[in-house]
This record gives sequence, structure tokens and C-alpha cells, in this order.
Amino acid sequence: MSATEAPASPVSPADERTTTGPGRRWGGLSETALRNLALVGVLVVLVIIGAVTRPDLYGDPVRVRDNVFTILEQASVIGVVTVGMTFVIIGGGIDLSVGAIVALAGVWCTTVATQSYGTFGMIFTALTVGLCVGLVNGGLISYGRLVPFIATLAMMVAARGLAASISGKQTQVSENRTINAIASTDVLGIPLLVVILAVVVAAGWVLLNRTTFGRRTVAVGGNREAARLAGINVTRHTMLLYALSGLCCGIAAIMLTSLSTSAQAGAANLYELDAIAAAIIGGTLLSGGRGSIIGSLLGVLVFSTITNLFAINNLATEVQNMVKGGIIVAAVLVQQVRFKSLTTIFART
Amino acid sequence: MTTPATAPPAAEALCVEALSKRFAGVRALHDVHIDVRAGEVLALMGENGAGKSTLLKILSGDYQPDSGRLVLEGEPVVFRTPAEAHRAGVRIIYQEPEIVPHVSVAENVYIGALPRRRGRLLDRGALHARVQADLERYGFAQVLRPDTLGGRLSAAQRQLVEILRALTGNVRVIAFDEPTSSLSEHEVDALFALIRRLRDDGVAIIYVSHRMKEIFRIADRVAVLRDGRLVGQRAVAETSEDELVRMMVGRDLSAMFRRRHTGAARDRSMLSVRSLTTDDVTDISFDVRAGEVLGLTGLVGAGRSELVRAVVGDLPIRSGRVLVDGEPVRLRSPRDAVRVGIGLAPEERKADALILERTVRDNVSLAVLSRLSRFRIVRRGRERDLVNRYVRQLDVRTPSVEQEVRRLSGGNQQKVVLARWLARRPKVLILDEPTRGIDVGAKAEIYSLIDELAAEGIAVLVISSELPEILGLADRIIVMQHGRITGELTHDDATEERILALAMADQLTSEGVIR
Repeated sequence: MSATEAPASPVSPADERTTTGPGRRWGGLSETALRNLALVGVLVVLVIIGAVTRPDLYGDPVRVRDNVFTILEQASVIGVVTVGMTFVIIGGGIDLSVGAIVALAGVWCTTVATQSYGTFGMIFTALTVGLCVGLVNGGLISYGRLVPFIATLAMMVAARGLAASISGKQTQVSENRTINAIASTDVLGIPLLVVILAVVVAAGWVLLNRTTFGRRTVAVGGNREAARLAGINVTRHTMLLYALSGLCCGIAAIMLTSLSTSAQAGAANLYELDAIAAAIIGGTLLSGGRGSIIGSLLGVLVFSTITNLFAINNLATEVQNMVKGGIIVAAVLVQQVRFKSLTTIFART
Repeated sequence: MTTPATAPPAAEALCVEALSKRFAGVRALHDVHIDVRAGEVLALMGENGAGKSTLLKILSGDYQPDSGRLVLEGEPVVFRTPAEAHRAGVRIIYQEPEIVPHVSVAENVYIGALPRRRGRLLDRGALHARVQADLERYGFAQVLRPDTLGGRLSAAQRQLVEILRALTGNVRVIAFDEPTSSLSEHEVDALFALIRRLRDDGVAIIYVSHRMKEIFRIADRVAVLRDGRLVGQRAVAETSEDELVRMMVGRDLSAMFRRRHTGAARDRSMLSVRSLTTDDVTDISFDVRAGEVLGLTGLVGAGRSELVRAVVGDLPIRSGRVLVDGEPVRLRSPRDAVRVGIGLAPEERKADALILERTVRDNVSLAVLSRLSRFRIVRRGRERDLVNRYVRQLDVRTPSVEQEVRRLSGGNQQKVVLARWLARRPKVLILDEPTRGIDVGAKAEIYSLIDELAAEGIAVLVISSELPEILGLADRIIVMQHGRITGELTHDDATEERILALAMADQLTSEGVIR
């Protein structure tokens, strides 16, 4: 009865896996690298548009350099916030309170009392406020089991309220020369704010890609239950993620205070949306488990380059916001299509 | 029994003719001929990667064949999309059907074809009545109510919804893709009753499964695929399990359970549970000794998984003690268990064990990150060496350690989970249903791995519902029922009958049957 059988041989199940295997990598580049390359391409296109619309500005190397630094400076505050946000999202959460934390930390570190403690006192206050608010967020989410969206939404409202009550709804001017000088100082010809951004991004990259903390973040966001059963303290880790985001907001608060030499409860408005949008177009999955610090940085740069493009051409900001919205949608669509097409193209040929 | 050259007309509902399909140069299907007749159940068997899924996806319109064609009731057909296949009456019931969680069963069934009252209002009353009638007609009124929300359904009920969806159109061919892997015994019976009814109504049924017993219960004929080719077809009445296994794997698996572990160190108890009582289990005591495999079995719902969850600190303990290597321990979370040397490979591999979107490397090193790092920086060279070592030792078939785990077959995914724990060098390894949803060839490999682990001195606790597996693997078997241990058997004493007698002890003693 077994006449129709092929000769018995030790066949290994040679697998459907090989059929889909090449979909992941393309020309030896990982998907993250590809995605980042695409964002660099977008940046190049934006710069070319700038050069075409303002040949006078782009014809002069000095002005080009100044304009690049302007773009980077604009990106610096939101960039620092986005690094923290990227960790939170990769870890499976979301932090809607970042703008409010920046405002609160800014207000708190510029009260007359705090300013009397000098530069160190102000920096310490901003970082501590950011960290503590982040810890409260994290505690509510991990130990209080609140949904991240709700907990940080509540914090967003509450922190702004606290900032308004501390400042008496007044704009608080920073009298501290050192703090005020941060935004106008250059280090080796590079604006200090840009250097701070670079340091935070580099630290974020190392933390995400090289440390146990980063690996656990990815695991917690990718599959919470698996991470827990593998012995990761998921609860504590989740709390640390929000604390990290809060700390980044504290750093951003100092930078923003320096830029405007003042702080107020309404500052850093909608930073949460900018940070989330930058992380998303940078390839971070909103559902968690995957993301890239470099991608987030590129996302921030795309936005600030667009802002700059509108500014140098004296165009209205309303249009600019519409373009930004369009770019977010387009970026996500492109990612979906590329995801699908890569796998199907390889699956079908 | 191969297909006669001249089949009676109209009897063949679906003919697959010379179907071939390649993916990126790899042959997934090669010149496959299969017929299904109206009113018969054709079982489709084969290891993972044999081409079953590809074949189903061609039938469903998800994939287009490179060559060959489909003939539906004498007419050549081309399905460019799943919708076209639906319209032609060909439906595939997948293991995890798409169910909308926030609407009722009735609306889920008629999704896309909701009956309307005048205008565009949904006529809920008519809809529920119609679904209720369907449920009664197919004998499922007890199991499923039309107004239950989709999100509350069990795996079995979700499949039932998917089947009802299929039956709302004029269905000619239904294919079931491993429908029973998440069903209880009782639900399997209900499903089989439905399949028989469909068969008697003249529907052609394709039944894909790894489970031999089911094939012999439900199928009329069996077609076996291996490496994309049709190896042979048999009438169920004329074949045997041994023959089918030989056809599937191309080798004899009578030596599937080779027992090399000797249990030399059997006097040292690595995990001792003493009078453990939780919400789900009562007064449980047992030992797992170094170098032995302890089997834990019982019917679904006996409390096996709940017991091990309590042992690793994931469910609260009311009273009783747990000792690891002779030391009393208080485990408050799985993290504590990992620290004292217990690894748990949970039943739901994909949901609870693997980070599917991440690489083999990430998944294997997950539990040993601290050991691989200095000052919290992961030393990547050491990590790669370690992962490569275990990937090689366990023979995980993956192009590289950078492959995403979701792209591996079930067997290889399970090996990744095992590799994670081996890298941790545990004293005790708890494996909950280690071979669920894994094909025969990979099963044999997992068995031999478990055997090796025991030989290396690890205490292994295997939970399984598959009696042949427990009988083949375990040195001792404890049987549970209703949260209590009803008996213990040694490898040499154990038989399927004895295990079942213990697993159903109360029913049997009430009838005075037991020993």
C-alpha cells in the first residue's frame, strides 16, 4: 500500500520559513536602517525645496550654516522630549503629559525662591520635578493599573493646573544669566542646545540598543506576559520608563527656559503631539515593541525643517500645520505599504 | 486508493490539478493533484512546511498558483481574492477567525450581509431569530447564543461563528485548518457532529490536522503532503497511524521516544511541593527529582496549569510549601521562580512566551541578559556566542539568529523557548503542553531534547493532555482531577486506561468500576 511513497529519507521540514525569509532584509540593510534612510531622503528633498525657493539664502555658505543651526535648535527641545517618549512607546505605553511636565518644571525652576538658589538649584529643581512627575505617572500606570492614556491625560491637565497656580498665571522671567546663556552659547562653533540634543540622543541610543534596560524595554513592549514569565520585573520597568520620560522633560524645560529667558504655565503647548508624531514617523510602533531613537530624531528634524521651510518663505503657520498632519498620515501609510509590499513581493516572485 | 481516472460526474466538488507554487525560489507546492468529493471528508496531513497552508491559501484566493488550476464542480475557476472564493462557495475556517469583539454573535455571523428594515436601519430582531434558527438547525443552540458579544466567546465558539458565516452563503467546499487545537474534548465532539452533518448535506470537506485520532474518527480519505508534493492518498479504512506517520516524515517514528536519561541522581529532589492549596487546587504534594521527567496529566480543567502557575508564584498560595533543591522558598512572582532556578514554558507559546516580532537572539537571551552584561551593557559578542551555541544544540532551524521568531515554524518556536531556559541553566524546567500544535517530526525532536535535558540532570515537569506523549516521556506520572492528585503511576505500570481511570476517578468510582 505504500507503493506511492517517495523513498524514505531523513527529510528535514525544509519549510515555508525560507519563502518569507528574505522579506526582512533588503540589500543587506535592516528594516530600521531602510526606514531611517527613507527619512533622510525626505530631509534631502525638503532641503532641495528650500534651496530652490530661497536660492539667495542657500547660495551663501555662512547663511546655510546658520539656517541649519536654526533648524537644529528648533528641534533640540522637542527632540529631547521625543527621546523619552520613544522609550515609553516602545515599552507599550504613551505619555500625554510631556508638554505639561515641561511647563511645570520650567515654572517651578523659575520661581523667585528657586532662582535664589542659583543655577545649580534651578537645574536640580527642573530635573527633580520632571523625574518626580514621571514617577507619579509610572506609579499610577504600573502599580495603580491605570491605562497609560488615562493616567497621563489626567497628569497633563493636573500638571498644567499646578504650573498655573505656582506661577499665578504670570510669565516668570529668568534672571539667571547662566541659564539664559545656554541658548546663546556655542561649543566649538556648535550651539550648546544642539550639543545637549546630541548628547541626549546618543545616551538614548546606547540605553536602547546596548543595555539590559533597553532590551527589557523592547521585551516588555513586545510581549508583556512573556517578559514577565522570563523574570523581568515588568511593573518596576514600566515605572522607570515614565520616570525617564519625565527626566527628559526636565532637561527640555531648562532648554526652553533658556530659549525664552522665561517660563509660563502655557509653555510647551502640544509638545506631546509633536513628540508622538515624530516617534511614529520615525518608525516606532504605537503598539510597542519596536522603535528607533535615530528614527525619532529624524522625525523631529523633518518637522523642524518643514517649519523652517515655511519660515524662510514667510508662509502662514496654518498651512504648515496642515502639511504636518498630511506628513504624519503619509508616513504611516508608506510604512504600511512598504511593509506589505516587501513581504508580498518576495513572497510572490 | 488513488483517484479513478473516470470519476462519476458531479461527485467531485473540487479538483486541484497539477498545482505548483514557488516562493522566492523555494518550492512550496509541486504538481499537486487532489480531489474532494461532495459529501466526503478528506483529511490533509503533512508536517509544518509540507505545503498544507500554501494549498489552503490558494483555495482561499490569498495566493495565486504559478501553474495548475482549480476545478470547482467541473468548471475551472480562478480566485483572485478571498471574496471571489467565498462567492464561489469555497470557505476556509482558520484556527483564529476574525471576530468583532463589541457586537453580538448574530451580527458577527452576518457581518457584511446584515438584514435591513426599511431604509438603512438594522433589523436586530430578525437577525437574532435567523441566527437562532441556524443554531438550532445545526444543534448548537446549547453552545452559543445569538446575543452574546464577540469578545466573550471561547475559541470553540469563535470557530463556530466562522462556520456559521460560511454556511450563510451557498457553501460547496469547507476547509478546516487544525480546528481542534484549542478545543476541549466536549467541543471537539460538537464540531465533529457539525462536520458530519455538513458532509451529509453534500458539502465537500477538507480537514487539516496533526491529530491522528481525529483523522481516524472523522475522515473518509487522507491525502499526505511532504515537501510540497503529494506523497499519497489512502482510504482511512485501509491505512494505519504508522503508515501515515511514515508517509508524512519519510522515516519510521516507532523510536520517537528514545530514553537515554537514566535517572542516576534520582534521589535528589529539585522541586518539592508539600500540601499546596490554592483557589484551584487542593492539598497537592509531589517531588521532581534531578534527572527525571515527571508527567502531570488530567482532563482539561483538572487544574494542572493553575498548579504550576501557583508553584512559580504567579497565583496566590493559600497554604503549603514549595522547596527548591531542598531549600524552602517563598515565590511571589515568576521573577522569583526564575531566580531560584525554575523555568516555565507556558502553554500558550505565542501569547505568553515569545516576542514574535523580535529576533531569535532577543528571545533566547531574554532571561539571561544580566549574566551577559557588564555595567548593564549587554556584551554582544558573548550574547551571540551563547545564542548560537543553543541554537545549534537544539537544532533550531533558522537562517540566522537575527530571524524574527514569528517566521519560524511552531516546532522551532518551541525550541527557541527551550533555548531561553537552557541558557539560564535551570534546576527545574516546567513544560506546559510542550508539543501543542507542532508537527510529528518536530515533536520527536522535542521529546529527544527533553530526554537529553533530564540526562543532564535537570528536573523536568511535563504537563500534557496527550497520553502517548506522557506515557513515552515520563518516568513517573501524576494524574489530577478537580484540583486534586488522584494517583501516581510509574513509567512501567502506566497505560492509557489506567491514566484515564485516574483522570475520571469520580465518575468511575460512582459506578464501581475502578480497580
